Amino acid sequence: MELMAFTKRIGISFILILGISIANADEQKARQLLSELILADRDQQLDKVEPLYDYGDNIIKDTIAGWRTGEVLTRESDGSSIAFLKRGDSLETILTGEISKPKGDEKINRASRNLRKKLRRVIDFIDLSSNDLQERIDSVLKLAKRQNIELIDVINERLDRQKDADVRAAFQESLHILYLKHGTPEQQLEAAEQLGDIPSFGSRDFIETLRTETDNSEIEKAATAALDKIDAAQKRLDFYSSLVHGLSTGSVLLLVSYGLAITFGLMGVINMAHGEFIAIGGYTVYVIQGIFASSFGVGSSAYEWYFIAALPCAFLTSAFCGVLLERSVIQFLYRRPLESLLATWGVSMIIQQLIRLKFGAANVSVSSPEWLSGSFQAAGLSMSYNRLSLISFALFVIIATWGLLNKTNWGLHVRATMQNRLMASSLGINSTRVNMMTFAYGSGLAGLAGAFLSQIGNVGPSMGQTYIVDSFMVVVVGGVGNLLGAALSSMGIGMTEQILQPFLGPVMGKITVLLVIILFLQFKPGGIFPSRSRSLDD
Amino acid sequence: MISALKPFEKKSELIIFFSLLGFIIAMPLLNSAGAISSYQLGNWGKYLCYAVVAMSLNMLWGYTGLLCLGQCLFFALGGYAFGMYLMLMIGELGQYQSTLPDFMVFLGYEKLPAHWEPFYSPWFAILMVMLVPGTVAFIFGFLAFRSRIKGVYFSILTQALTYAAALLFFRNDTTFGGNNGFTDFKLIFGADIRSAATGRWLFVSSGILLLSVYWLIAWLLTTKLGKIQQAIRDSENRVRFSGYSTTHFKLFIFVLSAMIAGLAGALYVPQAGIINPGEMWPAKGLDIVVWVAVGGRGTKLGPIIGAILVNLLRSYTTSAYPESWLLILGGLFVIIVLFMPDGIVGLFNRLWAKFKRTTA
Repeated sequence: MELMAFTKRIGISFILILGISIANADEQKARQLLSELILADRDQQLDKVEPLYDYGDNIIKDTIAGWRTGEVLTRESDGSSIAFLKRGDSLETILTGEISKPKGDEKINRASRNLRKKLRRVIDFIDLSSNDLQERIDSVLKLAKRQNIELIDVINERLDRQKDADVRAAFQESLHILYLKHGTPEQQLEAAEQLGDIPSFGSRDFIETLRTETDNSEIEKAATAALDKIDAAQKRLDFYSSLVHGLSTGSVLLLVSYGLAITFGLMGVINMAHGEFIAIGGYTVYVIQGIFASSFGVGSSAYEWYFIAALPCAFLTSAFCGVLLERSVIQFLYRRPLESLLATWGVSMIIQQLIRLKFGAANVSVSSPEWLSGSFQAAGLSMSYNRLSLISFALFVIIATWGLLNKTNWGLHVRATMQNRLMASSLGINSTRVNMMTFAYGSGLAGLAGAFLSQIGNVGPSMGQTYIVDSFMVVVVGGVGNLLGAALSSMGIGMTEQILQPFLGPVMGKITVLLVIILFLQFKPGGIFPSRSRSLDD
Repeated sequence: MISALKPFEKKSELIIFFSLLGFIIAMPLLNSAGAISSYQLGNWGKYLCYAVVAMSLNMLWGYTGLLCLGQCLFFALGGYAFGMYLMLMIGELGQYQSTLPDFMVFLGYEKLPAHWEPFYSPWFAILMVMLVPGTVAFIFGFLAFRSRIKGVYFSILTQALTYAAALLFFRNDTTFGGNNGFTDFKLIFGADIRSAATGRWLFVSSGILLLSVYWLIAWLLTTKLGKIQQAIRDSENRVRFSGYSTTHFKLFIFVLSAMIAGLAGALYVPQAGIINPGEMWPAKGLDIVVWVAVGGRGTKLGPIIGAILVNLLRSYTTSAYPESWLLILGGLFVIIVLFMPDGIVGLFNRLWAKFKRTTA
């Protein structure tokens, strides 16, 4: 890390020594074009403006603005000319960016009337030339919604220069949106048809206006058809986005309840302190973040990795607390599940209060590392990287747990012990150890869940409490002791909640889900995958 | 008179019953003599209501083996039903001087919702105090017991039900005042709710309720129903195989206990002066379970002792050690569960038996 910073610093000083501050090839190209434009013959200047449409660097803005106020100068020397831009007392060579003192033989260069008019458009619509293609797309669509008639020419001038297919499509779409209002009847008709085919959600209001204002029955028909297409597409998109959101809510549920599915489902311990293990995980991330911030500095590249380092720490801290709880309280209560509920409720109060005493009652903030912020966009759906990492991690937890339980010796011992403690220990399995390790694993998963929750929400002393009722529901619906069931039910509950939310609102959606679960258990009292046993009281 | 005391066969039980009665008569007398402040009396009145709801849970958990984590829901429903009557009795004395309750004016209601109308009558309100929790318990219990949900699953489902109900009551559009609930009561049965005399009457009513419930539970235990109830707790399958429909028995007990909890809530609200959805938050349900566990479940006196002791401890520690109050309470649970599974009463009984053996 230090080496990298060092080489970077050398690089910067190198550039400073040369006196050249050209940042990238795009800017260099823009400078070249500007320089050529300024030095070209008057009758050729107009044609040299258009190549500038491909670039959005600040130097273009500065130069054009300066040109109008007489701050662009030229100097003849040895038969060639150099163009300068006035920067305070100094001059910047437009071609190279070099700063020098004026020699006194520079002449002010002025642009012709026609050229000035054309150049103004370059500045006004400089966002359309942004080097960031996404910014180009966003700005053209934004401008189109203002329905400014001038924009039609601007877009037409630039349309053929757009090489990127997405940008081209956005320019085309904007043009159609403008035609809806300003075009000839033929253009309006085509625009409506094209926008319906895209389908362009942003143009919906404008098509609606066209439909009500037009007298032409053909256009009205086309507009209606386009609206239908857009609405249908919107509905599809809404459905998919609730699916995606459901997937992410389901993953949160899965992460918080998978540990419980192990401690409660497999071991039969009702751990009301499960929520506090989640909080412990969250606070571990907070502490690790603090350590990284103080030893590497917040802006450093090492700091970006704190979350990766925090994950195993969160797992181990919660697992360790789990072992403590199992050894001190729970091992005496394996035969009395209802009483383990009470004792762990007491433990949960103690942990909550200890957290409050140590970190304060208010929520603490955990910042996301840069590589986890931002979101992923595809086909109109957007999904933050936090959520995506959560979903993939949930998947990882399912696979890892499945592997541990089904492919390792330890897993075999766990399954044997959970089926029948006495029988397993009489066959030589150290059931005390197995109980301890299983409980530790379940608690560790809660810690991991807390670590991920810290990225999408607040970390506070009672952060786990919010999830405890839901987690128990997930386990009961999935079928107690069945991990696949827990995975399915958390996804199912997450999806149902997200699909109901648009119609009922978040609170009513949640209430409905709870009532649906109660009804669901009427028909399948054992959950999705009931445990089978010949014992009467199981 | 004598037959009414039949449930208390042992002399010790008679002594307990009459000392409770003595306490309930003595407190208001001391208050009117000026020895106890009205504030203190009001606190004790609340504790008595807590004791009643703890007894109702004990009936379920201690004697039938059904751990209900939603007893606070029935308590709060009863409280809300009586609170509706109290809200209407404020009349035009409220801040907005409207016949509508303040929060309705605030939320822009034009007229009283239809389901509020009958609550002008206190008798209707008292009927609802029992009917609403009873109906909720009946519907939920019918569904749960029919599909043989029991043990831990029953507990978790009652908690989920409570959670759902609390979320519902936190909303503003359910005509129950949202998260502020009902407060600022003025009149009850035409009397000023804040006067000392009303306080004494409320205390006595809570006491009468406590004694009646105590008697009812003791009496039920002597009947055949009580025997079946305890048999269900000890081995439900054996009872079922003996030809009893355990579903019906459990449902009856569940509904009865919900109604008792509702009555306790109704008496709690005028003494506390407020009811809000916080009262039905799942944590409150666990609180009640703790009172019963501390006092001793499956004992007649245990829940009363537990509810009063834990709440006294709470009010003492929250003022004396505000930071460590949760640590003390949490530690208490763990210790009681680990070392005193039958609570204070169980511990006392064990010590008493030992004492008798050594003296005999």
